[in-house]
Amino acid sequence: MHWLTTALILLPVGGALAIWILPLQPFAVGSTALLVALAEVGLWIDSVARFDFSKPGLQLDQRTSWFSDLHVSYHVGLYGFSLWLVGMTVVVMAAAIAYAFWAGRDRPRAYYGLMLLLTGALVGVFAAQDLLLFYVFWEAMLIPLYVLVGVWGGAGRLRATLVFVIYTMAGSLLMLASIIVLGISQGTFDLVGSGTNGSDWIFLGFVAAFAVKAPLFPLHAWLPEAYRESSPEVAAVLSGVVSKAAAYGFLRIAISKFPGPTSDFRIPILVLAGCGLIYGSLLAFRAPDVRGVIAYSSLAQLGLITFGLFAVNDLGLNGAVLQMVNHGLISATLFLLAGGIERRAATGELARLGGMARGRPALATVLMTTGIIALAVPGSTAFAGEFAILAGVFRTGWAWAVVGGIAIVLAAMYMLRLISAVLHVSPGPAVSDAALDLRPAELGFLVPLVACLLVLSAWPAAITDRSFGSSPSSAISGVLR
Amino acid sequence: MIATPHVDWFALSPTLALLGAGAVSLLGAVLVPKRARRPFGATVCAFGFAGAIVAGALLYGFSAHGHGVIGDAIQRDRLAALAMMIVAGAGFLSVWVSATEPMPDDHIAEYYALLAWAGAGMAFLTSASTLMTLFLGLEWFSIALYILCAIDVQLVGSLEAGLKYLIIGSFGSAMLLFGSALVYGATGALRFGEIAHAVAAQHLTHDALLVSGLALVIGGLGFKASAAPFHMWTPDVYEGAPTPVTAFMSAATKTVALVLMLRVLVTAFPQEARLWTVAVAVLACASLAVGNLAALVQRGVKRMLAYSSISHAGFMLIAVAANNALGGRALLYYLIPYSAMSVGSFAVVAARERELNAPVTFENLAGFGWERPLLGISLSVFMLGFAGFPLTGGFVGKFYVFAAAYRHGWIWLVIVGVAATAVSLYYYLGIVRALFMRPSEELQLAPATVAGGSPPPERLLQTGVVLALAVTVGSFFAVQPLIEGAKHAAGAIF
Repeated sequence: MHWLTTALILLPVGGALAIWILPLQPFAVGSTALLVALAEVGLWIDSVARFDFSKPGLQLDQRTSWFSDLHVSYHVGLYGFSLWLVGMTVVVMAAAIAYAFWAGRDRPRAYYGLMLLLTGALVGVFAAQDLLLFYVFWEAMLIPLYVLVGVWGGAGRLRATLVFVIYTMAGSLLMLASIIVLGISQGTFDLVGSGTNGSDWIFLGFVAAFAVKAPLFPLHAWLPEAYRESSPEVAAVLSGVVSKAAAYGFLRIAISKFPGPTSDFRIPILVLAGCGLIYGSLLAFRAPDVRGVIAYSSLAQLGLITFGLFAVNDLGLNGAVLQMVNHGLISATLFLLAGGIERRAATGELARLGGMARGRPALATVLMTTGIIALAVPGSTAFAGEFAILAGVFRTGWAWAVVGGIAIVLAAMYMLRLISAVLHVSPGPAVSDAALDLRPAELGFLVPLVACLLVLSAWPAAITDRSFGSSPSSAISGVLR
Repeated sequence: MIATPHVDWFALSPTLALLGAGAVSLLGAVLVPKRARRPFGATVCAFGFAGAIVAGALLYGFSAHGHGVIGDAIQRDRLAALAMMIVAGAGFLSVWVSATEPMPDDHIAEYYALLAWAGAGMAFLTSASTLMTLFLGLEWFSIALYILCAIDVQLVGSLEAGLKYLIIGSFGSAMLLFGSALVYGATGALRFGEIAHAVAAQHLTHDALLVSGLALVIGGLGFKASAAPFHMWTPDVYEGAPTPVTAFMSAATKTVALVLMLRVLVTAFPQEARLWTVAVAVLACASLAVGNLAALVQRGVKRMLAYSSISHAGFMLIAVAANNALGGRALLYYLIPYSAMSVGSFAVVAARERELNAPVTFENLAGFGWERPLLGISLSVFMLGFAGFPLTGGFVGKFYVFAAAYRHGWIWLVIVGVAATAVSLYYYLGIVRALFMRPSEELQLAPATVAGGSPPPERLLQTGVVLALAVTVGSFFAVQPLIEGAKHAAGAIF
């Protein structure tokens, strides 16, 4: 029994309730939310300190019966990899809340309350060890997102939310059917120690939910609009964290619990992931605006992560977990930067941008650094992650590694295009000389994100050696069953 | 000298509490000055329903072993007691909603009397254990409701709603009565248990008379539960009736009709289970299809909620069709958050209606969520609960219903339910969208403001909404005690 995981879930939820109930001034609301988000990061650091990375099993866990007749319980806890994903979540959420605080949002009490609620739900998804509880957090994540995009989004927000919700709920409800069938037939909804299952249909129900949320090609139709219409910090959370919840679901449920169906459906899933990888990269290369590039690159990156996961070997899984954290941090940084650029130029269209590096050294440095890490130059943490994924998937078949290799070349192309279209060439019509460099406040939330990436670049083994205890494949066939 | 059976007054106590409350509020029409009739009636009626809840709870506590009372005309068991509590709870909430309804004062005492008596009829009906008491209880509360629907003669559509309900409802009652007659003709028994014995002893399983009678009984109860294809009265009546009446009807009528359907089918027709499980499953699918698809195109919120109530009848019929203990548990659990959400959402609609002095449509909900955050958030929570989102009891209810269908071996029914839920999201989230995501400048209709700003918030109605909200959310966290209660209740017949 340990309260720390529960505290990680409840702290932001409590913060949200406090913000809603207490009659605070707008400024106080924003700063309270930021403080809660930072306290959450502190709590996470505390849980890292208490975590024993040499053990592969569930730690900091807590279990209480919720309703006993169907054996559903409140069971939370963390594995090594979930700990890293939780860390990525809390850091990105703190940065997103800081961005919103800096940019200012209408109706702050509703806004920050929802952001904190979203934090709690996301941490819950990564910590839940009961199928029904997992579903509860999974759905609880959707409600704040729906409102955050629908109320504070751009002009096309209503359509974007509608498409987003229809897609994700269609997937989620199939997952609910799978959860019921699986839970009732095995007599418990607990994820730990409940054994494996060989049913293809149940497996596909779960895959449907995760494939929509990730998204996996061809279920990504909701993605471009949702990422364009939401405010930058919500887009950062969507592409950085929410998509990782789906990848986590693949790992924790689909692959761990369904070894038979995983190997049956590995090829089709890898094909879809490969299509998404190439297609997303090409679209990112052709995207007309900053957010389009990041959005489609996100589709591509999720394809790559899926490659690593469905390689189902040590290298692939370790690489996938590292890449999940990397991509979460990278795309959050890029979206927040995109928000900053849009505020300065009043547009994200690449054709109207350009030449922003001149006289804006901080912006140029942050964007360059993030972009260079994103395109996986050797020595960067993304390079480590992608290399491990490709090496892992190579063992499944060399052709997959070729597809991945092509995609990495394409990634270099679209990232460099983005960087040069924003920073270099001649100043675009939307860029005025009066547009300022990054302000200290902006650096306050961007620098920590980039610093995390640099630390991981120096020491990727912090994650790869500390996610699954001794080895991923033994964890998959052991403690995760 | 006629031999009278021993009367178990305790078993009748919830009914008696409500009968008494009705009588006292009716006396108010004569004895209380006109100004004070409204608060007097509301207070008496609220105490009546509260008393019925307490009596129901006591009855639940002291009826661990179900048995027939009053010459076996009614059954004293936990199933009845729990259903009484749900009905009385819905009535209690409806009184809070009614308290400030702008209704002419002429018939206000009758209004509360009829509300209490409708509740009394429902409380009586939940314990019916013969075909006679079944029909008696059904007519008892129906007649009260017919009048309630038409009571506000100044409200456009109220009279029409009452008349429609009367005609179609009478048709449903006639079906039930005819079915009962056929069943009696085939078996020679009126008591549910004896019907089952007679069917077994005389090998009547495939008797045409009995089977037609069964079909008509299901149809008759289907009218009251507003299950498709017996639903056609629902949208018009829900739309036309005064909103507090709609709130009460949507929650309480459905509760008794479904609980009774479960009781009749399980105790009187166990041998026909192969037939009626399929029949009820078909009704469930029809209700889900009709309710959801028709709700998609509604612009009026009351009509949308009416169709949504048809689709929820479908969900609950899945639990009945499962014909197992888990299904019974699922139904009784489902009814608790459902009733709260239903009364609560109609209450919010009533509040908006009073502000605008016009029927509430999706368009004129625009901006309401920001103007009245409490009501806006509550209505959103009710909608999310109807849609089966977590953190509301609606989610756990759906989960149990699907689990029951799966345990019966009907995965296809789970899939139908899941598909229906997916469709329903469009219109439930449409309300959330109308509340919060459209600027109030889009509002076509200016609120009927009183001098010096918008009308003051209605504390009484808000209290009702907050209570409904507490039940909706609380039932998600307190699943264990509620499901335990539902388990014992369903255990009375399974």
